[in-house]
Amino acid sequence: MCGIIGLHLRDPELAPMLGRLLDDMLCGVSERGPDSVGIAVYGDGERNPEGHSAVSVLRAPGDLAASAGALLPGTPTVTAQVAGDTTVLSAPVGVEALTAAVAAAAPEALVVGSGNDLVVYKGAGHPQDLARTYGLREVSGWQGVAHTRMATESAINPEGCHPYSVGADQCLVHNGSFSNHATIRRELERQGVTFDSENDSEVGARFVAACLAEGDDLEKALLRLGETFDGFYTLLVTTADGFAVVRDEIACKPAVIAEHPRWVAMASEFRALADLPGIDEARVFEPDPGKVYAWQR
Amino acid sequence: MAALSRAEADARSPVVFDLHETTVRALNAELHAPTATSYEVLHPQGAHSLGAGIHDEIDVAVRGHAGYFCAGMNKLGRVVVDGSAGNGVAENMMSGSVRVRGDASQSAGATGRGGLLVIEGSASMRCGISMKGIDIVVGGSVGPMSAFMAQAGRLVVCGDAGDGLGDSIYEARLYVRGSVGTLGADCVEKPLRDEHVAELGELLDAAGLDHRPEEFRRFGSARGLYHFTGDHGSY
Repeated sequence: MCGIIGLHLRDPELAPMLGRLLDDMLCGVSERGPDSVGIAVYGDGERNPEGHSAVSVLRAPGDLAASAGALLPGTPTVTAQVAGDTTVLSAPVGVEALTAAVAAAAPEALVVGSGNDLVVYKGAGHPQDLARTYGLREVSGWQGVAHTRMATESAINPEGCHPYSVGADQCLVHNGSFSNHATIRRELERQGVTFDSENDSEVGARFVAACLAEGDDLEKALLRLGETFDGFYTLLVTTADGFAVVRDEIACKPAVIAEHPRWVAMASEFRALADLPGIDEARVFEPDPGKVYAWQR
Repeated sequence: MAALSRAEADARSPVVFDLHETTVRALNAELHAPTATSYEVLHPQGAHSLGAGIHDEIDVAVRGHAGYFCAGMNKLGRVVVDGSAGNGVAENMMSGSVRVRGDASQSAGATGRGGLLVIEGSASMRCGISMKGIDIVVGGSVGPMSAFMAQAGRLVVCGDAGDGLGDSIYEARLYVRGSVGTLGADCVEKPLRDEHVAELGELLDAAGLDHRPEEFRRFGSARGLYHFTGDHGSY
């Protein structure tokens, strides 16, 4: 089953409310995925300050901030925020440098998100309990996504949570299953792409990241995904400035989009959107099969 | 407790179920063995299965948005949703009526065998999939793959129909006032004869819509998939 929510704010005045809006939306999809959750937020200046980058890590050793900081040029201060299974490290360095330092300092740790604007949390447990652990209601920013998981093909653990964030400030959440992911994985591996898991959704995320790295915009990347991947999917993909939704040509997996002058939102079910401010004036529709819907900041 | 007579019950105000205070399970238990004839459901918040499995001639007003399978398997109930409805509204309805004042999600009226489903807004994909006798009137448009494998009943679309309308249709009559994206396999346009104008007029009246029946086009089965033919080659 699984549930997806996403919110892209157009009106900066709503930024302080992002976390509250996301938390209310999350309630509407908790029943679709009560075993684990992943949440990504963009633009929270306290969690990922201006001029900093942040890396979200699972299985982080307690001294990771110090050991990663020692590996960075100039040994800047690395701050660590622990929220359940996720540790978020931030430092006034580039995202590639911080990611490399974390990987070198703790090879056993798993990086589940990185960016100049992005913070990712993942954990097993009830979505609303975990939202409290992450302090979701206190989040500010301009964009957020969350995925509630009802695991069907692999273990219930933080590593299996979406979003898959495999490029800086990129996130992909997936409801469905790809059927030809192994073939595409081998092709990407031949091109030098490395994978963290056996998960089909990670192949989708790596494919989109590769397209974006080649210069595609979000819409083109997702159209290429549609030409390449077989299976069932509703996808929500976000980047440093973008928000896009696409469904497969049969479109069995649910999705509702609401577009309002102050925001764009997407969810698996309408009830997750019902409390958004101004929902009665929003244009609410279900995305057509195979069509990419994309918005840019 | 003896059931109220219809006259006694009608004289009373609707029985209110506020889903902020009680559960869908309690609501549906009451609707399955009703002690009144009129009910009002407050704060539905998109809950699933509201009013599914109603047997009796009762009125149910859902004041807000309904989730999946609202009024599914309805027998004699008259259900009104003052909001939007999720997947499979009036799924497998047998008789009675369901009215959605907003939009409906996928598979509205799926496999319905009778009764009238009115969607004042638009319906998403697969509206009337495998319909088997239900009448569906949509004030707005329907999404792709509507009336897929439709077997009996009537689907009236006052707006546009998406791609693949009536794919693999057996019977059922489809009326569309606006544009049709593409027709599905074995679905063809047919002439709108007097008897069709008459039945369309009745359906629009029943739905409370005042379009002229002559503005619609009729679609149905070419009956080309009923039997295998020599075109399929020998295996």
